[in-house]
Amino acid sequence: MSVVSVRHAAVAYGGRTVLRDVSLKVGAGQVVAVLGANGSGKSTLIRAILGLVPLADGEIELFGTPQRRFREWARVGYVPQRMGAGSGVPATVGEVVSSGRLARRGIFRFPGAADRAAVRAALDDVGLLERIDDPVSTLSGGQQQRTLIARALAGRPDLLVLDEPTAGVDVASQEAFAKALAGFVERGGTVLLVAHELGPLEPLIDRAVVVHHGLIAYEGAVPQPAGHHAGPHHDHVHPHATPEQPRICVAPTDRMPAN
Amino acid sequence: MSLFQYDFMLRALAGALVIGLAAPALGIYLVQRRLSLIGDGIGHVALTGVGVGLLLQQSPVLTAVIVAVVGAVGVELVRERGRTSGDLALALLFYGGIAGGVVLVGLSHDSANANLTQYLFGSLITTTRQDLTVIAILGAAVLVAMLALRPALFAVCHDEEYARVSGLPVRTLNLVIAATTAVTVTIAMRTVGLLLVSALMVVPVAAAQQITRGFRSTMAVAMGIGLTAAATGVWVAGEADTAPGATIVILAIAAFLAVTVGGATWRVLRRHIPAERPAENGEPPDVVLQEAGAR
Repeated sequence: MSVVSVRHAAVAYGGRTVLRDVSLKVGAGQVVAVLGANGSGKSTLIRAILGLVPLADGEIELFGTPQRRFREWARVGYVPQRMGAGSGVPATVGEVVSSGRLARRGIFRFPGAADRAAVRAALDDVGLLERIDDPVSTLSGGQQQRTLIARALAGRPDLLVLDEPTAGVDVASQEAFAKALAGFVERGGTVLLVAHELGPLEPLIDRAVVVHHGLIAYEGAVPQPAGHHAGPHHDHVHPHATPEQPRICVAPTDRMPAN
Repeated sequence: MSLFQYDFMLRALAGALVIGLAAPALGIYLVQRRLSLIGDGIGHVALTGVGVGLLLQQSPVLTAVIVAVVGAVGVELVRERGRTSGDLALALLFYGGIAGGVVLVGLSHDSANANLTQYLFGSLITTTRQDLTVIAILGAAVLVAMLALRPALFAVCHDEEYARVSGLPVRTLNLVIAATTAVTVTIAMRTVGLLLVSALMVVPVAAAQQITRGFRSTMAVAMGIGLTAAATGVWVAGEADTAPGATIVILAIAAFLAVTVGGATWRVLRRHIPAERPAENGEPPDVVLQEAGAR
C-alpha cells in the first residue's frame, strides 16, 4: 500500500493551470524529493496532497484512504516553508512545538506528561532542547525552521511532508535538519519533501521527481548537476541570498520571483 | 473605600472585574492574528442590536448579543474567503451597524440622547442585578472557552495552515473566536461602552507582551493588567467622579506606557550588569510586574 498516491491530479488557481495530470506514488519508508524551478508547481503538488489546495481533477489517497475521507491527520507531519510572520504576541519554542501534539491529543485535553516528553524528545532531535523556553522570535531563521520540524516530529507521524525545508537556512541548521530527518527515516518514517536544492539532505533521498510546467518531467535517481550549473564558477543566485552550497539544480527556464 | 458600601458600586465593581479578566483572555487571540480592531467593528454592529432591543422593548443586551454574533460570524466568513474586497465588506458592515443603531434607537420610544451615550461609552453605575447576572454568566463562559481551548486556539491563530493539516476543526474554532468576540463586546457594553471595548481586549495584551517571553505568560499578565485596570478604574471613577469606562481604558494605557518604559529600562540596566545574568530563572520581568500590579 502506498503512503501517498496521486493519480492524474490537476490544480488551477483562478483559471490558471498550475498542475496538470500529475501522478505520484510514495511507498512506506521511502524518501522522495520533489524538485523543480520556482513556479514549476512543486509546492502546489504537496499542498494539494495535504488538502490545502483543492483539486480540479484526479484523486489523492493518503495511507490508502481517499484524502477527502482521511481523518488520521496525526499520522502526517507538515513542515511549512517558514514560520508565519510574528504578530508580536510572544510564543516560546516549547509552545510552538506543543502544537504538534494536538492532532494526537485532541483539542479538549490539556497536555500531559506524554505530550511534554514528546516535545522535549523532538527538540532534542533537532538540537534545540536548551532553547525550549526562549521566544521563537529570538531564534535565527535556521533555528526557527528546526523548530517547525520539531513541531511535526512531536506528533510522532508516519509521514513527513516538508515544503522547501532548507531554503535560506544556514549550514549548521541544514546539517542538524538532515540528522533529524535521518533519524526519522531510520525509525521507518516516510518522507515527501519539496526542494529547490538538496544540500546535506541528498544522501537520504531514494527517488527524485522533477516537476516542470505542471507536469512530471523526470522520475528516478537524484539528477546530478549538469551544464553550467555544475561548473565551478556557477553563481547560484537566490531571492533569499544566504551562503549555501549548490549541489543540484534543475535548469530554471521559468524562474519567477519568490512570493 | 467608603463608596463600596453602596450596592450599585459593588455591582459596578463586579461587572468591571469580569470584563477586565475576560476581555484580554479573548483579545490575545485577536492580537495574535492581527485583528486588533475587530472588537471595535463588532461594537459598531452591536449598536444595531441595541436599537432593535429598544424598538421591540426587549432587553437590549440580549438583542445586542444576537446581532453582534451574527455580524461577527459574517465578518469571519468574509475573512475566510480572503477576498480583496473583504476590507470593503467590513467597512460596509461596521458603518451600516452604527448607522442602523442610531436610526433604530431614535425610532424607539425612550429615544433620549442619554440612552445612546450610555451604550457607546458605558454606564457602569446603572448596572442592575439582572445585568450583572448576565455579565457574570457570559463572562465566565468566555473565560472557560478561552482557557480550555488555549492549545487549539493558539495553534489556529499561530499557523492556520498547520492547524488545518493537523485535522483541527479550524473553521469551527474561528467561529468560536468570532462569536466569543461578539459576546465579550456586548457584555463590556455596560462597563466601557461599545466604542471603548476594543481597548480592554487589546491594550492589556500590548502591555504584557513587552515583557513576557511566552504565550501563556502573556495571557496571564494581560489578564492581571485587565483586572487591575478595571478595579482601579472603578475606584478612581467613584472618587474623582469621572466616567468609569474611560477611566479604566486610560489606566490600561498608563499601564502599557509604564511597562514599556520599565521594560526598556530593565533591558538597558541588564546590559550594563553583565556579571549577573538571570538566564535560568525563567521570567523575571513577570514577577516585577505582578508585584507592581498588586500594589
